[in-house]
Amino acid sequence: MNVLLVDDSRTMRNIQKRVLDAMGGIEFVEAADGVEALKCMETKSFDLILVDWNMPNMDGLTLVKHIRLTNKTVPLIMVTTEAEKSRIIEAIKAGVNNYVVKPFKPEDLSQRVSQTLQQLKAA
Amino acid sequence: MAVETLPPKPQTIDSTLVLPFMKSAREVFNTMVGVATTIGKPHLKMQPAPTYDVSGIVGFSGNVVGSVVVSFQSSCAVALVKAFSGTELALNDPDFADAIGELANMIAGAAKKEFDLICNITVPSIIIGCGHTVARLSGVPCVVIPVSTPVGEFAVEVNIKPAK
Repeated sequence: MNVLLVDDSRTMRNIQKRVLDAMGGIEFVEAADGVEALKCMETKSFDLILVDWNMPNMDGLTLVKHIRLTNKTVPLIMVTTEAEKSRIIEAIKAGVNNYVVKPFKPEDLSQRVSQTLQQLKAA
Repeated sequence: MAVETLPPKPQTIDSTLVLPFMKSAREVFNTMVGVATTIGKPHLKMQPAPTYDVSGIVGFSGNVVGSVVVSFQSSCAVALVKAFSGTELALNDPDFADAIGELANMIAGAAKKEFDLICNITVPSIIIGCGHTVARLSGVPCVVIPVSTPVGEFAVEVNIKPAK
């Protein structure tokens, strides 16, 4: 499984990698902002994308909207400190499949990823 | 004619803006760093001291303005970053600053969801330098929340106010 991790914090990307590595069989690509993420997507297709919201150059919400213009199916999970209900609704309307609020327990992230992939598989 | 000078208005702590940071600091360190915290009694910062070695600064804009600074002595910061990132990092390692920034980001982000006011937070800035202080928004009380951990103490300094 190819997973794209989009977060301006390398610490956070490393934490996400550690959590998801336990699932096995994952190849990770990393991007520090939305612009880098779109460049990564030009040359590689992904089975899952984790997106932070607040990033320089292009924020996560803008990135999600860009992705959904051309790709309606890739699973997108927003992983962010933005926890207000209005933000969550905004992200869902933009096209994310799931939402994880920082700080998170590793098992919560893992569970949300599994849940997202299973739901899309069943659909 | 004698002119009467009024004494400065005593500053008070707005608990609705401070309590969320007490909660978020505990939540961030317990959940993502795996370190138990004891939140101390918040108090007004009346002078620049104490100084710190490492600070993560997050600005607020929108209906709440000002900044929040999470500040550490070096040894405490190194130990907490190691617990958070899983790696021992030197103060001058770019990943060290990144980890501090992410901690400050999460503390600020988790707190702001408790406000009744919608606001935005900035990408964090990090200062690393022994014995520094951070200048604060004038006319706004700066509230210090002391936090104790098994690896040392740090402070969350809250200098924010409603925009109107």
